[in-house]
Amino acid sequence: MKPSPFTYHAPRTLDEALDLLATFDNARVLAGGQSLMPMMNYRVVQPEHLIDLGRIAELAFIDDTPDGLKIGAMTTQRTIERSALVRERCPLLTDALFHVGHQQTRNRGTIGGSICHLDPSAELPVTACALDAVMIAAAKTGRRKIPFVDFPAGYLTSSLEPDEILVAIDFGQWPQRAGSAFEEYAVRPADFAIVAIAAVIATDGDDIITEARIAAGGIAPVPTRLTGVEDILKGQRPSDALVKRAAAAAAAVPAEGDDANPPEYRQELAGHLTQRALTKAVRRAQT
Amino acid sequence: MSTHEISITVNGTAYTRTVDSRLHLADFLRQELGLTGTHIGCEHGVCGACTILLDGAAVRSCLLFAAQVDGHSLETVEGLAPDPEHLHPLQEAMRDCHGLQCGYCTPGILMTMKAFLEETASPDEAQVREALSGNLCRCTGYQHIVDAVLLAAERWRR
Repeated sequence: MKPSPFTYHAPRTLDEALDLLATFDNARVLAGGQSLMPMMNYRVVQPEHLIDLGRIAELAFIDDTPDGLKIGAMTTQRTIERSALVRERCPLLTDALFHVGHQQTRNRGTIGGSICHLDPSAELPVTACALDAVMIAAAKTGRRKIPFVDFPAGYLTSSLEPDEILVAIDFGQWPQRAGSAFEEYAVRPADFAIVAIAAVIATDGDDIITEARIAAGGIAPVPTRLTGVEDILKGQRPSDALVKRAAAAAAAVPAEGDDANPPEYRQELAGHLTQRALTKAVRRAQT
Repeated sequence: MSTHEISITVNGTAYTRTVDSRLHLADFLRQELGLTGTHIGCEHGVCGACTILLDGAAVRSCLLFAAQVDGHSLETVEGLAPDPEHLHPLQEAMRDCHGLQCGYCTPGILMTMKAFLEETASPDEAQVREALSGNLCRCTGYQHIVDAVLLAAERWRR
């Protein structure tokens, strides 16, 4: 298998990459290539110009800023997975990465690439959805911030403009007294998830839930916040009964499906995975 | 279409070649350098047969263009054995435990496991299975490969 012919560009700076992107029609940016390259090999995608971001050092970083954790779009999944700083400041991300592909693909795959590719069951977009992460996009004309809720434009499609590059993801501050968990079901470990659930629970000193964030992948074309489930949890004291009620609500959220995994199966999974994720998140919030 | 001059080191030997932009690294290794130990299975990043080490990290060479690795250092299965008379501990253990039958997936597994054992000197079986999850084998059922990796780890530690 061969991709169709293209011209390869290897810019060293973001400005250079943005110039190239603004210059050419039918250009694609290449991040880690773990999704784009199979699509090119199959000729599903046939760019005439391929702009490789792999040599742009300024796009790969993990920064602990006063406003929270900020990660450069070209940081590899493996680097993030192994970062003690990420584990401390955003443990949901570390847990999510455990489910992402294989070591060989995490060595190349980037956080920005996965979030821009927006596979409906991919773990990193679900994580960004749960945390209300902010995407920082750059164009020649300047930068803009896109809250994750506005980032997906549809199935496998981001709302980036053709001349924009995702440069960083701002995960914000990790809440106080918070616990989180990432649970998914796939036929084999490391396969694409059928349904994935990310949960964050924060409590106050009286053990009342002050913040509940639940995001689901695999039930819709784009990651979805289960706001109805979040509302059940907020202001309540964690208990097994509360978690069960929330899980039942998650299973009642309408899902889209296909022949292999129909909607009702995905709903059932969403319920079980929400129960598992919440049980862990609550326990972690309390310790 | 564009062409690019690349300079890379493979198993300690430096090469400079001119490559087409769309030439995969796996095809480059096999066709341009004659290093046919790197096998090509699925060509879309699923089977792991083409796994090599890029600056020490296991990666799939069907998901890289040769032009991307200019200036980098690679290791392939040809560089594993210390000399023509001896095998690498992983290769010996694969032989001793019957960790291969047709052998097609073996180079990718050896390279994946080399990177794994360099990071995880004393793995348990679950860790080995997790590390092997990106490599498909259609012959062995994996049990003998897992046995081989655990044996290699034990011998390597000594």
